[in-house]
Amino acid sequence: MIKIKLNEVPLELQSETSLHQLRDQQQLDADLLIINGFPALEDRQLKDGDQVVMIKRGNIPDAEQLEALMMARHTPGVHARIAQSRVGIAGAGGLGSNIAISLARVGVGHLVIADFDLVEPSNLNRQQYFIDQIGQPKVMALKENLQRINPYVKIDTFNGKITPQNLNQIFTDIDVMVEAFDAPDQKAMLTAAHLQQSPECPLVAASGMAGYAASNSIQTKKIRDNFYLIGDQTTAAQPGQGLMAPRVSIAAGHQANAVLRLLLGEKPE
Amino acid sequence: MNMHVNGENHQFDAGLTIGQLLKQLDLQPDRVVLELNQNILNTTDNINTELHEKDKLEIIQFVGGG
Repeated sequence: MIKIKLNEVPLELQSETSLHQLRDQQQLDADLLIINGFPALEDRQLKDGDQVVMIKRGNIPDAEQLEALMMARHTPGVHARIAQSRVGIAGAGGLGSNIAISLARVGVGHLVIADFDLVEPSNLNRQQYFIDQIGQPKVMALKENLQRINPYVKIDTFNGKITPQNLNQIFTDIDVMVEAFDAPDQKAMLTAAHLQQSPECPLVAASGMAGYAASNSIQTKKIRDNFYLIGDQTTAAQPGQGLMAPRVSIAAGHQANAVLRLLLGEKPE
Repeated sequence: MNMHVNGENHQFDAGLTIGQLLKQLDLQPDRVVLELNQNILNTTDNINTELHEKDKLEIIQFVGGG
């Protein structure tokens, strides 16, 4: 007997089994066979420890299959915890769109995304939208893009302005809140309102990620209990110092990783 | 009077308001979050609030971009 993995699931086979025999036994319609990360163009004998992936091109896995495939690449225990989680994202611009995509890829089960804006051509320099989405509400365009990555993430959207008065009606039952606005007064408004109204729910905010200063100047800092601030805290977007994809996505990566660490009970900083 | 601002001891004139302090520091009230003695304040509602001896004030400034 040999032990292999087929589509991330452990399997025991007779020692003499070949790749094509396995395909015929298990998944007759697969047209792409991958062994240990490389496409196998010809039939071959399987060895103990081989990782085999069989794909039918164009076939969309169902929720359970996708979950198994994603879970297999996670540290044990991580997937189950984050799949139950619900994360709020205020703002679907350069930060929010990148954060949402990271969280959907990693398998966060529920996202609540709010923004009042439409996709504009100038957004495409850093925000995760496509040229054919210009003019669409950002929350609808982002939901569409997230569903193309992982259709099993549950996404609630709010297409409108967030205020201290509607904050708690939009972001219900969330485990972590993310501030991902562009305008500094909106950042301050959301931060103050969240810290006052939901002090028990961690907030991950960002300030200072314009231009192309050194990557390592962007940091994750704990400001007070349940309040984490990401960025260099000084570099404002202004004429001559625009927002650029690399640094904005570095800050978004910090924010998404801070969310993940909070969901897993780790300190973000 | 003596106050802690962002973790450091500073001397200010008695009766200083939050609005006056922000002006001295060249900060715009609608771009900051203030924590006075552990409580988060609505900055714009507290622009005329007077600060007192031994107050601990944390000022978190937000810059634009996202």
